[in-house]
Amino acid sequence: MTGSSTTTVPVEVDQPADEDVVDPERLWLVIVWNDPINLMSYVTYVFQKLFGYSREKATRLMLDVHHKGKAVVSSGTRERAEFDTYRLHAHGLWATLQRG
Amino acid sequence: MLRTLPSQLRALLRSDDPALERLFPPAYAEDPELEEEYRRLVREDLVASRQSSLDVMESTIDATRLDEEKVLAWLGALNDLRLVLGTRLEVTEDLYEKGLPQDDPRAPAFAVYGYLGWLQEQVVEALAAGVDPAGSRG
Repeated sequence: MTGSSTTTVPVEVDQPADEDVVDPERLWLVIVWNDPINLMSYVTYVFQKLFGYSREKATRLMLDVHHKGKAVVSSGTRERAEFDTYRLHAHGLWATLQRG
Repeated sequence: MLRTLPSQLRALLRSDDPALERLFPPAYAEDPELEEEYRRLVREDLVASRQSSLDVMESTIDATRLDEEKVLAWLGALNDLRLVLGTRLEVTEDLYEKGLPQDDPRAPAFAVYGYLGWLQEQVVEALAAGVDPAGSRG
């Protein structure tokens, strides 16, 4: 994101265990990834708008994305997580979902 | 200048330009089947909502007052324009802060990119002022 001068810290990504069957009840995580284009103010606003987070929480999440390279912004069933990911994509954010 | 951008992006949306891929990022990094299903499901919707925002921007380009729905459309259109332009220019966070030397051939496009960013900041500020800072889910 742009808006202030920082460097991102490399973060280890946990590899989820292999599964043959997708369990619909299992928790899925929605992750937003840092990118050099989206404005910090815009990302914060999108988090507030889509998830009803307070400005404080949305800002904290945005800063996590900015400083750590990514952050988990929501979680739930695969259906829910996919829908959240879609909404984030519709707002131009780089989001993915993965098994928790 | 702003006037010409929506139609350029609209034309691009119908093409195979690689810069477009930033507008349609993958959802499933580790599940190619689920990813394929996701893309089939959402691609048309994402294209349609982008085109609709561009339509609003184009038709209200001279407006001095906009209702919230139109402002939200402008926000989306500006962001989409920045995403595509930024991808083409291969912007990095450093580049945004330091700027480009004047004789860099990317300088004019970069100036447009910077202007769009400034404009988008204004829109976000206006919209954020209307959002309850407490949120509904703390």
